[in-house]
Amino acid sequence: MRASVVVFPGSNCDRDIARTLAAVTGRPTAMVWHADTDLPESDLIVLPGGFSYGDYLRSGAMAAHSPVVRAVVERAKAGVAVLGVCNGFQVLTEAGLLPGALMRNALLKYVCRDVTLSVERNDTIFTKGYEERKPIMIPIAHKDGCYFADEDALDRVEGEGRVAFRYTGDNPNGSRRNIAGVYSENLRVLGLMPHPERLADPALGGTDGEMLFKSLFVAFNR
Amino acid sequence: MKARIKVTLKNGVLDPQGRAIVNALESLGFNGVKDVRSGKYIEVTLAETDPAKARADVERMCRELLSNPVMENFQFELEEA
Repeated sequence: MRASVVVFPGSNCDRDIARTLAAVTGRPTAMVWHADTDLPESDLIVLPGGFSYGDYLRSGAMAAHSPVVRAVVERAKAGVAVLGVCNGFQVLTEAGLLPGALMRNALLKYVCRDVTLSVERNDTIFTKGYEERKPIMIPIAHKDGCYFADEDALDRVEGEGRVAFRYTGDNPNGSRRNIAGVYSENLRVLGLMPHPERLADPALGGTDGEMLFKSLFVAFNR
Repeated sequence: MKARIKVTLKNGVLDPQGRAIVNALESLGFNGVKDVRSGKYIEVTLAETDPAKARADVERMCRELLSNPVMENFQFELEEA
């Protein structure tokens, strides 16, 4: 699996996720600077967590219009897998690749802790290695993670089976319908607020996040 | 020309910052505050002198970047700079 990680000014989880990908795939992860327009050939493109462009205007709004994200949108439309974690999720909604928006947390606080999630379906390239509905533990770390869409849009997303993960314990940020992650229509673009790369090594206290990357690795090496 | 742009949350979108402002106003003794909705105010100065063209440009700016149509509305006024 060839994976590329986009680096924006203000990204701060790019190396964590690149390291996790390299450990799972056994090959180096390509790092792509935000001003680049020619992405390397990739099976997976990752938009990492952080504070791209200082979160000015709205989280992810500036990054969504950067040259590299225009190229990512084109690749996604051609069927390439794209993963957005935290700030990357915000960028994907702002770029129109995923439905909804991520607003300020309902309690207005930055929240950084482990949460339990349910895997809503385990038949996608991102989740094949998980057991359906079995709770997994992944950390969150954000202030703008309240998933919002109007009721019609939420019904549509749910009806199409595009909810990827839900918070199963306390809803940490006020997200509508406890949504922690959503898919694109073709299920090849995933955005989620929790950070799977932060629990992907026993040394970090758990490996529930690692399975997402292993699932992708299996999907692209068949 | 100058555009004075207001970006506000759509009706029905929860505004936790507005709620926090209500609480702060109450703690200052303003007991008659029923609701607060907060938003953004943006001024854009344009080289364009034709009002129709300026209006079309600002519309697009609001739609493509300055507001997020999922949760926000925008309105603006144009004036000679």
